[in-house]
Amino acid sequence: MSEITNEHLLSRLRAQFGEFIYNESTPYELATIVLRKDKITEVLHWLYNDPEFKFQFLTDVCGIHFPEAKGAELGIIYHLHSLANNLRLRIKCFVPVENPSIATITSIFPAANWQERETFDFYGILFEGHPDLRRILNVEEMDYFPLRKEYPLEDGTRTDKEDQYFGR
Amino acid sequence: MSNITEINNEIAEHHSTLANQSTDEDYTILNLGPTHPATHGIFQNILKMDGEIIKDAEQTIGYIHRAFEKIAEHRPFYQVTPLTDRLNYCSSPINNMGWHMTVEKLIGASIPKRAQYMRVIIMELARIADHIICNTIIGADTGALTGFTYMFQWREKIYDIYEQICGARLTTNIGRIGGLERDFNDEVYKKIKEFLRDFPKALTEFTALLERNRIFMDRIVNVGGISGERALAYGFTGPNLRAAGIDYDVRVMNPYSSYEDFEFAIPIGTSGDTYDRFRVRQEEMWESMKIIQQALDNMPHGKYFADVPEFYLPQKEDVYTSMESLIWHFKIVMGETDVPKGEVYHSVEGGNGELGFYLVSDGGRSAYRLHFRRPCFIYYQAYPEMIKGSMLSDAILTMSSMNVIAGELDA
Repeated sequence: MSEITNEHLLSRLRAQFGEFIYNESTPYELATIVLRKDKITEVLHWLYNDPEFKFQFLTDVCGIHFPEAKGAELGIIYHLHSLANNLRLRIKCFVPVENPSIATITSIFPAANWQERETFDFYGILFEGHPDLRRILNVEEMDYFPLRKEYPLEDGTRTDKEDQYFGR
Repeated sequence: MSNITEINNEIAEHHSTLANQSTDEDYTILNLGPTHPATHGIFQNILKMDGEIIKDAEQTIGYIHRAFEKIAEHRPFYQVTPLTDRLNYCSSPINNMGWHMTVEKLIGASIPKRAQYMRVIIMELARIADHIICNTIIGADTGALTGFTYMFQWREKIYDIYEQICGARLTTNIGRIGGLERDFNDEVYKKIKEFLRDFPKALTEFTALLERNRIFMDRIVNVGGISGERALAYGFTGPNLRAAGIDYDVRVMNPYSSYEDFEFAIPIGTSGDTYDRFRVRQEEMWESMKIIQQALDNMPHGKYFADVPEFYLPQKEDVYTSMESLIWHFKIVMGETDVPKGEVYHSVEGGNGELGFYLVSDGGRSAYRLHFRRPCFIYYQAYPEMIKGSMLSDAILTMSSMNVIAGELDA
């Protein structure tokens, strides 16, 4: 089995979906692309079915929040793993905080079900077509998305703690 | 999948003709948990029952959610280690090591071989402890409490070894970013050697007690099966995936901490049922012992920590006597060391699957974003599919054999 390099993976992705890939890099030997959000299911389908790559294992889905990146505040990060080639790929999609919606990938990977629910729970990202998009770890009555950066870790009204020297 | 479910259904139907006779459309809703002794943790399963047969199930989780990912965004890196203790608390050293290695990958520290071998010994001891808990619990849930009470003293002995190494037993906070906090002392080697000498006998006895036991096999063969294909689709990793016949092990696929130096086999099952999961864990304990023995035999000489003074806490006596050490000590404890910008994903083979850390750093004192890939959070979602059509008592066994740890489930 010949080993597939990150360069080869990225060059084939570029040939296939070049105009939808905003950025590509390989931090710490893990191929990473930033993808236009409406192409996520198409690209994942292609990667899943491609006879060379076979990205058929979804390692992880999680969210991230960059309040300064106007128009692309919320990110969804997918980690894929091709067990046949022992190759990993990270795909990032960014959505605006006013309309944080992206297509679900549960039809390709059932494992994404709870991970997308978790991402919704913490970041409020709406996964269109998700079979059961509810909060999973936090209480249903919660009216905010706690991992967004504007929510402080601790209650800001507390006066009994003086933490100025520790920079919290 | 279909044939396993069919077999399950057949067995379930065969065993429950009596219960099945009232097949009107009135189902019973049964709450299994949140504080049910058989869940071994705080999470709830709402079961739709037709007599003894489970028609549908829905899980409710999050009862012990502690917002670790939010906390980690506000704490210096060394303060995240105690949080990882509390993920899969049955094998916390593996979580600690995984986190240390993630940060070491980010800062580009090269760890001396000796420290890597010491870590391998600790991680494999933790794997044995984890599997002891899971497999004896399967026994306990079938009513065979003897193995549970008998084997738990061996987990105690592993905890004694942790205690000698780091001072703690359950939530270990073992090791440091950059290596180990101290070298193994003679007592540690003595205890490990005693363990390797005496544990095989106990494990053989435990195996003889259950593995070919007719009653035990009747209870768990063909219970809660899942095919390799479905297991992959549901993101299974670890012993549960290998029981379904897929030989994915992070230690072999993406070796970390010098695992490539060791000879060991990856036990796999065929049908992915409760019995296969039990067997895979049994065999893995033997393989872990082999790894520990090899690490002891080939323990390299040298330092047990890397040369990263801005992250590795200096020795206490140096802090009292040398200005430079005092400065580093102060900077580390106050969280004043900056890390490089970047994003890194690192995973280790935890007790129950691929434990991944996705760390995004913006160069400050703490992580910009830290996400834990918790194996049991991902594979537990397959639980309804695995128990549909089977009986309640089978569902209990399926759950205990999946090694779902509430602390990891909820993070």
